[in-house]
Amino acid sequence: MNMSRGEPRWAVTFTVLLALILQALPLPTWLEAIRPSFICLVVIYWGIFAPHAGGIFAPWLGGLALDVFKGDVLGQNALAVALVAYIAMSLHQRLRNQTLIQQSLFVFAVLTLNEFVVWGIEGWTGHAVSSPWRWIQPMIGAMLWPFVALLVGRTHSRI
Amino acid sequence: VAVFGSGTRSLGGRGPSFGFRFFCYAVLSVVLMFYDRRGGWLDTARYGMQAAVYPLQLAVNSPSAAWRWLQESFATREALQKEVDTLRNQLRDQQLMTLRQAALESENATLRGLTTALPEVIEKRLIGEVINVEVSTLRQRLLVNRGGNSGVYKAQPVVTGDGVLGQVYRIGPFSSEIILITDSEHALPVQVLRSGVRSIALGTGRATALELPYVPQNYDVKVGDVLVTSGLDGVFPFGLPVGRITKVDRDPTQPLAQIYAAPLARVESDREVLFVWARPGHPAAPATPEALAVEAPKPAPANPKPKPAPRKPVEPAADPATTTPATDSPAAAAPATDDSATGAPAPAEPAQPTPEAPQPAPAEVPTT
Repeated sequence: MNMSRGEPRWAVTFTVLLALILQALPLPTWLEAIRPSFICLVVIYWGIFAPHAGGIFAPWLGGLALDVFKGDVLGQNALAVALVAYIAMSLHQRLRNQTLIQQSLFVFAVLTLNEFVVWGIEGWTGHAVSSPWRWIQPMIGAMLWPFVALLVGRTHSRI
Repeated sequence: VAVFGSGTRSLGGRGPSFGFRFFCYAVLSVVLMFYDRRGGWLDTARYGMQAAVYPLQLAVNSPSAAWRWLQESFATREALQKEVDTLRNQLRDQQLMTLRQAALESENATLRGLTTALPEVIEKRLIGEVINVEVSTLRQRLLVNRGGNSGVYKAQPVVTGDGVLGQVYRIGPFSSEIILITDSEHALPVQVLRSGVRSIALGTGRATALELPYVPQNYDVKVGDVLVTSGLDGVFPFGLPVGRITKVDRDPTQPLAQIYAAPLARVESDREVLFVWARPGHPAAPATPEALAVEAPKPAPANPKPKPAPRKPVEPAADPATTTPATDSPAAAAPATDDSATGAPAPAEPAQPTPEAPQPAPAEVPTT
């Protein structure tokens, strides 16, 4: 195992857990409707800045935990979050050199894709009732991105 | 699109590429979804996973739990005194009702020719505490701190002191998820206590409303009527209060009336729920699948499972126009079978279809 040295494994575990808690925190209905996918934000961060720390396994497991948590069909969020992680990891060299604002645009696109995947699977499994508010969530997520990136960035030392 | 691969190759030499790994996880996810939809062995896995996320769920809800605890600990003396007074009044009212009930039950038993009154249909109950409430238009669920380890089972009825709350949707070892009757995916067979009209109470996604579709215009349903479970779903025992009719819209151009009801249980604010176990074999116990299946050959005295009959007397149907759909009429013979077995004269005349006839029409049983 040559990859484990210097990789912020503990930081990944901790932040993914924290994101899960944020995702599951009971909120008033209006806030609930616009709560962005924190787990995707965290996963994008690690995908860009430490693509080998959690790999795709950690995002996938986080998504699966979210499925169990929310009572969705198993694999729904797991697939969506893994996809988000994969895209961030594939483009990480380019994204690393961009400013936070530029990255926000990318985050917006990926979060929309995530919403779209979840929405598609919900439709496929027969839960197609959905509020239009869900399409606001990626925008909120993109606006939060700089803060999330700065906060998560403090959990590990960047080279 | 071509860029997707380029980043991965430069980091090569560390196992398979991101693309390949993602592909594996994607396939795994789809397989999971497929089997989770089908049910079966994944339910067991899910049971274990529920236990794994339970600490997290507790952690997430600890702030609100702590706040409630604080509020309760620092409640003023007056507030507590007021609560005690309310509870004392409630107790007195209910004692009065119980007094009457004992008399009614023995009268009922005499009428049926039984020597002793039947025991209560609810055999056992278990109190659970609500950990998390999820109330939105998409979902109306509760997370409760009782699970498989306490004997809770899937599709178990859950009630509060006021009425039916919902049923167990998913279980873990220490927790269970309850789908409320107001969830838009829930349907509950009900009947109007006063007139015996049967329908299905569909959840609307709003915590205060149930919808009763498929009730023809001329059926006897009024605002203020109490709805009780009809027991035809094989889940709930007969006669648990569900809701009260709030709105009846009769548009003469439509074949069906538009009827809405409000649930009696306060689905959003109750902190304690009751899991109930019905007494098997009791007349008011939920209908079993076998009992529901024997409709095709006319249910004569040679009924293989005399899913018996006279339920607690609902108020007798006042006028014949108010009776239940014609599909029920063959079932009206069923009470007679039970009574002939005990040798007593049948008190109910078979000519008039009684609303509380137990043999259900299978068409009314929804798939919840």
